[in-house]
Amino acid sequence: MMQIKVNGVERSYDGDSNLPLLWYVRDVLGLTGTKFGCGMALCGACTVHQDGKAIRSCVTPVSATAGKEITTIEAISKNGLHVVQQKWIEYNVPQCGYCQSGQIMQAISLLKEKPKPSDEDIEGGMSGNICRCGTYQRIRAAIKAAAGENA
Amino acid sequence: MSDNILNVSRRGFLQGMLSTGALVLSVRLIPEALWATEASAGSNADRAILHPSVFVGIDTDGTVYLVAHRSEMGTSSRTSVPLILADELDADWKRVKIEQAVGDLRYGDQDTDGSHSVRDGFTSMREAGATARLMLTQAAAQKWGVPVSECESDLHVIVHRPSKRKAGYGELASAAAKLPVPKKEELKFKPKSAWRYIGKGATSYDLTDLCTGKAGFGMDAHVNGMVYASVEHPPVLGGKFKSYDDKAPLQVKGVTQTIPIKPFTPPHHFQPLGGVAVIADNSWAAFQGRKKLNVAWDNGANATYNSDQYRKELQDTARKPGKVARNIGDVDAVFAKGGKIVEADYYVPHLAHAPMEPPVALADYRDGKVTVWTCTQSPQAVQETLGEVLGIPKENVTCHVTLLGGGFGRKSKPDYAAEAAVLSKATGKPVKVVWSREDDIKFGYYHAVAAMYMKAALDEKGKPTAWLQRSVFPPIGSTFALDTTYGDGGELGQGWTDLPFDLPNHRVENGSAVNHVRIGWFRSVANIYHGFAAQSFANELAHAAGRDSVEYLLELIGPPRIVDVKATAPDYDNYGGSPTEYPLDTARTRRVVELAAEKSGWGKRKLGKGAGMGIAVHRSFLTYVATVVEVEVNDQGEVKIPAVFTAVDAGVVVNPEATRAQFEGAAVFGTSIVRSGSITAKNGVIEQSNFNDYPVARMNEAPYKTSVYIVDSDAPPAGVGEPGVPPFAPAVCNAIFAATGKRIRELPLSKA
Repeated sequence: MMQIKVNGVERSYDGDSNLPLLWYVRDVLGLTGTKFGCGMALCGACTVHQDGKAIRSCVTPVSATAGKEITTIEAISKNGLHVVQQKWIEYNVPQCGYCQSGQIMQAISLLKEKPKPSDEDIEGGMSGNICRCGTYQRIRAAIKAAAGENA
Repeated sequence: MSDNILNVSRRGFLQGMLSTGALVLSVRLIPEALWATEASAGSNADRAILHPSVFVGIDTDGTVYLVAHRSEMGTSSRTSVPLILADELDADWKRVKIEQAVGDLRYGDQDTDGSHSVRDGFTSMREAGATARLMLTQAAAQKWGVPVSECESDLHVIVHRPSKRKAGYGELASAAAKLPVPKKEELKFKPKSAWRYIGKGATSYDLTDLCTGKAGFGMDAHVNGMVYASVEHPPVLGGKFKSYDDKAPLQVKGVTQTIPIKPFTPPHHFQPLGGVAVIADNSWAAFQGRKKLNVAWDNGANATYNSDQYRKELQDTARKPGKVARNIGDVDAVFAKGGKIVEADYYVPHLAHAPMEPPVALADYRDGKVTVWTCTQSPQAVQETLGEVLGIPKENVTCHVTLLGGGFGRKSKPDYAAEAAVLSKATGKPVKVVWSREDDIKFGYYHAVAAMYMKAALDEKGKPTAWLQRSVFPPIGSTFALDTTYGDGGELGQGWTDLPFDLPNHRVENGSAVNHVRIGWFRSVANIYHGFAAQSFANELAHAAGRDSVEYLLELIGPPRIVDVKATAPDYDNYGGSPTEYPLDTARTRRVVELAAEKSGWGKRKLGKGAGMGIAVHRSFLTYVATVVEVEVNDQGEVKIPAVFTAVDAGVVVNPEATRAQFEGAAVFGTSIVRSGSITAKNGVIEQSNFNDYPVARMNEAPYKTSVYIVDSDAPPAGVGEPGVPPFAPAVCNAIFAATGKRIRELPLSKA
């Protein structure tokens, strides 16, 4: 029996300990905001936060998260929208939107590390997250705008 | 009763959605007798016969329900199409609720493909909106005992001008529902100056949900008691399993069962590929179980498919006379005279759609009926396919359309939904089939691999006196009919027979190619390889003539005129658009070239070392697009794309912001094609499997900035989802030539 803390709630789990966190939050907990894209940490659609830092949940066994705080897109903001989400809306970032939970989680993590990211910082931080619709220039603009409001 | 609008308030089509007394209109563009006609799934004939149909409901509380009958895959169809209706209805967009239609022939054509949702909806939606608005106006006039002519709408209310009395739409809905539907001739459409939403647009109806993880994709569909499935497909198209062993899979925690799926009956169409399914209580356990199946396959005839060898075959065919698709004058006579001749071969490999959401479907089969929740571009194809595969009437298939995590044409083919249905029937439970990324890449309906051969004779000024173009590719028709080896009028009309150049002698040909994998529509389809060859070759000729690329391109296009393509290319279908509404107008072709050149600072900006600019122009899906790409190539040959300038004439643009987004996205999609897109087969097995060996453009590889310039136009609306893609690759390669002198004739760059 493992204790897994997701979005502030402590839960017991006694299934396969190798089960990736992605499938635990999606198929077991029914938190479907976190997406499956590749299963190999190649696309970033599954990005969640572990103790506030972006991780790829598709390659993180649920057992490895014991004792850590996992946060998914559903709980990234307790009151209304996170500033990054607000900027995503203001800059009309999503097309299909499937990758955007992961993009937003990655961007929030990036801004924690680099509150005023340069273009290089943004490319470095975000290039692990694929958007097949090609919304990158809006993502960059939204991150810069969010950084502006970090001041 | 109007010719094409029917009051269906009592039919209960939208039961449960609207309260009694609500005004419900349906729109159709064909005689009622044809409504019940069944047509084959997703064929061009299907699209040609049926036209869009939509429902609008106005509830007594003033809520306006608009039914989105097309799918949302990121292009804003679900927002932009209902927005047209809302505008003509003079409805307050904030009081509109959009309901996603299930698959149903009564909605007309529901295929979200071919960049035609706004085009198809523009007239029918306005008719529906104007009809509802007139009925509300009549109801208000009746209520007040005043002439209808003294009343008009003003954002969700009807106003009696002389007395300034007002009544809300909700208040009038019941009375309006009792009125006969006005004749089409009675309808008055808003003048362009009164449009509230058309031309201004609206953000996606789902925008907030998409940013908060609440949006419901196919991957997120859920019903109680459902189980998860993953299918081990035959590695080669048409293969069958000889044996498999499920002892080990059944040891995997969570795995409950394995089920064989029978192979398809050729042609494959949208049938399941066959194979062995592993059923489990979560997706991952099903994936793990599959790895232990130990299947022995009989690969069948397509195991001979090797991309290296096939490429040589295509290129050989491209060098031999083919079937003539368009002819003007006599190119052979000119070539026989000799003089300056330029020849070039171009090649574009297979591509996989790779939408971020892999194919996924949830099906619940009970007592001869099945309900499906899936990310599909064609819910009616889901009905037809599942009906055929299960042997039940298609009316017994209910298809709920979720949001799509990208489509790009892949989700027009519901083979994955058919798998879910077959497995639900076999297990007696709701089954969600989840494709892995590897499944998606290895078992696609691939964009056709294509070889093109171009030949031109130039006069002393460098102008072509004869132009021959020949393409060879396994056609999409091979998915639907055996022994189809030539492209049809649709494929050849995509940037090939419709080349808008002013040429005295011009011949367009197509050679034969046999398919060995499933071939399907892929964002902008045959325009990709045709546009690459035509626009690269035009640029080669400009350089051969020692001319500026833009000036030369304008000369090739020639004077502004209407080109009657069909006169010399009998099978040309103009994307189903009538030649009077949507003629090929070279004035528009020229205008986008001039606009893109001007905005990019063509010929006026000084570029740094290793930098260059390239241009390409391409009309597809009835939209004219010119793209200038700026590249920087470093000493290692690495290409950066700092800027893209795209000029677009798509006729009336309903949603400019969404349109700009589509062209920004098309530049990134095009970047993937240019840089790295390549699917290859060895012994019939696809060699790529995930984003490691089938890379798509990431932020650091994408254009830094794409600027989109929309031409203000009163022409009928045309497509915006696909037309940005075709000119992108040739514009990049023309820019690389300008920067480095290296001509790219084969994609992608990673294989150059």
